[in-house]
Amino acid sequence: MSAVMMTSQPVSLDLQARQVRKFKLQDTIFHQVTLLFAMIVLAALAGILIALALEALPAFREFGAAFLWTNVWNVPEEQFGALSAIYGTVVSSVIALFIAVPVSFGIALFLTETCPVWLRRPLGTAIELLAGVPSIIYGIWGLFVFAPLFARHVQPYLQTLFGDLPVIGGWFAGPPIGVGILTAGIVLSLMVIPFVASVMRDVFETVPAQLKESAYGIGCTTWEVVTGVVLPYTRVGVIGGIMLGLGRALGETMAVTFVIGNANRIVGSLFAPGTSIASTLANEFGEANPGLHISALFALGLVLFVITFVVLAISRWLVRRGIARQGI
Amino acid sequence: MNRYSRRILTNRIGIGLSMAAMTFGLLALLWILWTLFYNGFAALSWDLFTQDTPAPGSEGGGLRNAIVGSLLIVGVTTLVSTPIGILAGIYLAEFGSRSRFAATTRFVTDIMLSAPSIVVGLFVYALAVATLGGFSGWAGSLALSLIAIPVVVRTTENMLLLVPGSLREAAFAVGAPHWQVSLKVTLPAVKAGVLTGILLAIARVTGETAPLLFTALNNQFYSTDMSQPMGNLPVVIFQFAMSPYDNWVNLAWGGALLIALMVLAINIVARVLFRKKSSD
Repeated sequence: MSAVMMTSQPVSLDLQARQVRKFKLQDTIFHQVTLLFAMIVLAALAGILIALALEALPAFREFGAAFLWTNVWNVPEEQFGALSAIYGTVVSSVIALFIAVPVSFGIALFLTETCPVWLRRPLGTAIELLAGVPSIIYGIWGLFVFAPLFARHVQPYLQTLFGDLPVIGGWFAGPPIGVGILTAGIVLSLMVIPFVASVMRDVFETVPAQLKESAYGIGCTTWEVVTGVVLPYTRVGVIGGIMLGLGRALGETMAVTFVIGNANRIVGSLFAPGTSIASTLANEFGEANPGLHISALFALGLVLFVITFVVLAISRWLVRRGIARQGI
Repeated sequence: MNRYSRRILTNRIGIGLSMAAMTFGLLALLWILWTLFYNGFAALSWDLFTQDTPAPGSEGGGLRNAIVGSLLIVGVTTLVSTPIGILAGIYLAEFGSRSRFAATTRFVTDIMLSAPSIVVGLFVYALAVATLGGFSGWAGSLALSLIAIPVVVRTTENMLLLVPGSLREAAFAVGAPHWQVSLKVTLPAVKAGVLTGILLAIARVTGETAPLLFTALNNQFYSTDMSQPMGNLPVVIFQFAMSPYDNWVNLAWGGALLIALMVLAINIVARVLFRKKSSD
C-alpha cells in the first residue's frame, strides 16, 4: 500500500505542476483578453477626439481660432463661425438649469425628508423612469403641444409683465411664435430635472442619520435641518449633480432641435429662434457640402465635445467626492 | 410675529415649495405621457406594422421598414456591446483595483455615459461612413454600441464588486484559477444584475436618434441588408414630425408611442428582475 503511494507521488506532483502551469497560462490569457476589451473603451474616446480634430482641421486652418467667436454662418459663401451656435447652446442650457435646479432640489428634499415612507419608492421610481424617456419624445411634445400653448397663453403675458422693463424687457421682445431659445430651455429643463433630482436624492441620502437627528433633537424644523445640515454636508455632491445636468443639457440634440427654431443668428430676445451646436449638426450635417462646410460642422462637434467633457469631468469628480464623504 | 412662529412659517413655505416641485415634476410627466398616449393610440393600427413608410404626398402607410430596421440595428448593437462591456467590466472589477489604467478607463466610461450622442454619430461618420463607402445599418449599430458599452461596463463592474469576498476566497482556496473564479463563480452570482445592465443599455439606445442621423441614415423601403442605409424608428419620427403632411405627423406619433412603450417596458422588466434577485 505504502509502496504504491511512494511511486505515484512524483507522477502526481509532476501532473500538478503541469496543471498549475496550465492555469497560470490561462489566467494570463484571461487577464490580457479582458484588458484588451477595457482598452476598447479608452480607444473609443481617443478615437473620437482624434477623428473630430482631423476632420475639423481644414476649418480651423481657414478661420483660425477666430472660428470660436465669429458670428457668421453663411453656407453659400463658405464663411463659418461658431458663435451663434455656442450662444444658443449655452443660453438654452442656462435657462434649463435656472428652472431645473430649484425644482430638482424640491423633489430631492421631498423624497428624502417629508415624503411618507410608503410613497418614497413609487415616486422615486417614477422620477427614474422619467429619466429614461427618450429625448425625441420631449422634442415632439415640445413642438406640437408645448410651443403652441406657450405662444398663445404665456408669451403675451410675459411681454405685458416684463416688456417695459429696461434690460429684461429686451429678453421678451419680438413676436410670440412659440419656438425659440426660451422654449428650448424650458423643454430641456423638463428633460434634465429627473437626472439632477436623482443625483441630489442619492447624495442627500448619504447624510448620517445621527447628524440629522441631532438637529431635529435640539428642535430644528425640517427646513432648518435641510439648509443647515443636509446642504452644507452634501454641497460638493449637489454641485456635481447640477454639473451633470448641465453636461446633459449642453449636448442634447433632439429635445432642442424640434423647438429652438434653427436660425443661425444671435438676437437679444429669448423669444427669437436660435440654434445650438447639436441642432445645427442634426439639421445640416446630412446635406452638408464636402469641404469647408462639413469641416466647420466637425469643428462645431469638437467644440461641443470639449465643453461637455470638461463639464462632465468636473461633475464626476465632485459627485465622487460628495459620495465618498459618506464614510466620515 | 415672534421668532418661533417665523421659523414655523419659513418651514411651512419651504416644505410647501418642495411639494409644489414634486407635483410639478409629476404633472409634467403625466402631461407628456398623456399627450403621447392620446396621439399615439389614435395612430395605432394594423397598417402601422404591415405597411412601409409612405412617399411624400401619398395616403396611409405604416412603419414596417422602420420597426424592422430598428430591431435589427438594436439587436446587432446588443450582440456587439454585451461581450465587450462584460469583459471590460470584469477587467475593472477583477484586475483593476489599483492600476492607473483602470482608473483612467473608469473615468472615461463615466464621461462616455453622458457624452453628447450626436458627437458619437459624427465620429462613426468619419470612421466608417466616409471611408467605407456610405451610410449603412452596420454604421448605425457601431454608433449605438459606443453608447451602450459604457452602460454595460459600469453595471457589470458595480455588480461584481458587490460579490462577498468570502465567496471569491472560497473558490481560490480550493485551487481554482482566476478565470474560473471570475467566469464560473462571481459572474454567475451577479447574473441578474449584469442582465439588468444589458437591458438598461438596450433601453438607452432604443430611443437614441442623434447617432443614427448620419450613420444608418434612413430608407424609405423595406430592407434587411445591414450594409445599406436602413430605416429606423427614431430617424423616421424626426423626419415625419417636422414634415407638413398630416399622415406623416400621425405616423411620427405612432412611432413615438412604440418607442416609449418599449423603453418603459424594458426599464420596468430590468427593475423587477433586479429587485427580485436582490431580495432573494
